[in-house]
Amino acid sequence: MNKAKAELLVGFFVLLTVAALMLLALRVANQNLSTEGETYTLYAKFDNIGSLRARSAVKVGGVTVGRVLSISLDEEDFSPVVKLSISSEHSGFPETSSVSVLTAGLLGEQYLGLQPGFSIDGIDNLGDGDYIQDTKSALVLEDLIGQFLFNDKGE
Amino acid sequence: MDTLVNINNMHFRRGSKTIYEDITLRVPKGKITAVMGPSGIGKTTLLRLIGGQLMPSQGDILFAGESIPKMSRKALYKTRRRMSMLFQSGALFTDMSVFDNVAFPLREHSQLNESLIETVVKLKLEAVGLRGAAHLMPSELSGGMARRAALARAIALDPDLIMYDEPFAGQDPISMGVLVKLIKSLNQALELTSIVVTHDVSEVLTIADHVYILANQKIIGEGTPQEIQQSDSELVQQFLNGKADGPVPFHYPSVSINDDFCGGGSC
Amino acid sequence: MLRFVQSVGASVIETIATIGRAGLMLAGALFALPTLQNMRLTIKQIYVVGVQSLLIIIVSGLFIGMVMALQGYTILVGYGAEGSLGPLVALSLLRELGPVVTALLFAGRAGSALTAEIGLMKATEQLSSLEMMAVDPLRRVVAPRFWAGVMSMPMLAIIFSAIGILGGYLVGVDWLGVDSGSYWSVMQASVEWNVDVMNGVIKSIVFALVVTWIAIFKGFDAVPTSEGISAATTQTVVYASLAVLGLDFILTALMFGIQ
Repeated sequence: MNKAKAELLVGFFVLLTVAALMLLALRVANQNLSTEGETYTLYAKFDNIGSLRARSAVKVGGVTVGRVLSISLDEEDFSPVVKLSISSEHSGFPETSSVSVLTAGLLGEQYLGLQPGFSIDGIDNLGDGDYIQDTKSALVLEDLIGQFLFNDKGE
Repeated sequence: MDTLVNINNMHFRRGSKTIYEDITLRVPKGKITAVMGPSGIGKTTLLRLIGGQLMPSQGDILFAGESIPKMSRKALYKTRRRMSMLFQSGALFTDMSVFDNVAFPLREHSQLNESLIETVVKLKLEAVGLRGAAHLMPSELSGGMARRAALARAIALDPDLIMYDEPFAGQDPISMGVLVKLIKSLNQALELTSIVVTHDVSEVLTIADHVYILANQKIIGEGTPQEIQQSDSELVQQFLNGKADGPVPFHYPSVSINDDFCGGGSC
Repeated sequence: MLRFVQSVGASVIETIATIGRAGLMLAGALFALPTLQNMRLTIKQIYVVGVQSLLIIIVSGLFIGMVMALQGYTILVGYGAEGSLGPLVALSLLRELGPVVTALLFAGRAGSALTAEIGLMKATEQLSSLEMMAVDPLRRVVAPRFWAGVMSMPMLAIIFSAIGILGGYLVGVDWLGVDSGSYWSVMQASVEWNVDVMNGVIKSIVFALVVTWIAIFKGFDAVPTSEGISAATTQTVVYASLAVLGLDFILTALMFGIQ
């Protein structure tokens, strides 16, 4: 009698754990992308990446399609090179695509926005290891203010 | 005479303290051997040595001709199935009923099915007069009943040797009488070899076939109860008759009371 | 002076001997092969250490989640960033509070009980009597309790975190008026399954091993008297808690500190 009751309650305990895990998996954590599944790598060279970090999101029109794998400095022209890992589900971006460093809200994190370009004959798609040519750097608040002051004077 | 347990020139030390010095002891098969001695000289230790829970520093202990200290762990566990021990507290498992306690060694070591186990357990409990108490938990038993239940568990596997550790300590006269009778009758009915460690002289002398008296790390007397009672050793007589002072001193060893109070000077 | 050096040496030797005994005991418990019968004993012990700790874990998780939402809200609302309440609650629970608080509560609730139980079994000669019945106490008594502890604690930690996040939702959304959609979605955007959830679980498994090991060893090694057992029980709670906090720092540095 007693033994059966204990086993029953242990069963409930396990089910409760599974339910908690389901909650964590479905509502709390995003495991749809990141390092899971098939990915391919793209590179992009910027003038300035602002506060972009490894693991920052790569989004197309707000949909996350990949993550920043690593950031390094080009040995020759001293500009930052960002290595992107894009889910293989989202392939076939044309070579004319552009990528820019964007900010989520005023104080939010920085992420990469990928803007797919034209797809006409004679233009290949971006494949594994390709560089995205068209990049727009992060907005730096100090530059922006300086520019604003300069323009003001010029008028 | 056939012997089941032979202890040969055994020494045992715990840390720097010598517990036994050169002890030789024989336990004849099918008989009740009593080991007596004052409290605190390690009588329980002797049983643990025989059971292989402790290792002697020197000398040998043979069980049915095989050396316990030299056995591999596996062989020792196999040998232990042939002996059992009744602990002073009974050592019943507190989270099981009396029935499950007695069934425990059977479930662990025999391939019997559950209905057969139930029969055996009931027979063993009947032998100690506790068949009606099978469903009780150990906490619901009196001290004497707990010891009898533990005895039923100890004989569950029909061992060759059973060791009683202070079976009479702290028992009222009735339960003491019951236990004395049980030890005697089990010994005869099951052809058990029994070792009884105790300091209750009068009870054990009525049932023992052979008696050893331990004191001062040595065996100070041995023989049948009659021989022991007629022993001319002062020490043995002091122990048997319970004299307050004698070779075993009343006072714990210390400087003389004169020195203690007056610092050695005159006062 | 010489006596001081001698006492240092003696305590070092004693410490090493204790670690050796603890290691031997652990090895004995780990190598106890899980048989069908052992499995039943383990399930019974999961009931004792896991199920019976469930209430305190659920209540503490709920309150800690609620308090964090309350505290976090008052700070975040100053920056107009109350939308970040979700990740604040979730990340602190999953990475730190879930594993650590569960381990501390487990040490107090189940660890001390394990030490006292095994210590009492030793004091009442039950362990000796098992040995004399040719039953290995490591296999029969220690191993099921060890595995039950190691399995139960990560489960409790997961439940703790989940309940805490729900508690945060209760206070943040239902009471303080944070938008329900943003509570979940901002949380989902910043919580990584592999990094945050999994590292929390790994932490919890490490804590479970250490706390259960300390608890069982302290019971097994206790001086079989009433003072000995009460001292061992206290030591279990103190040592296990300190070990958890120290290990937490090391694990956090390894997992999140170096990027």
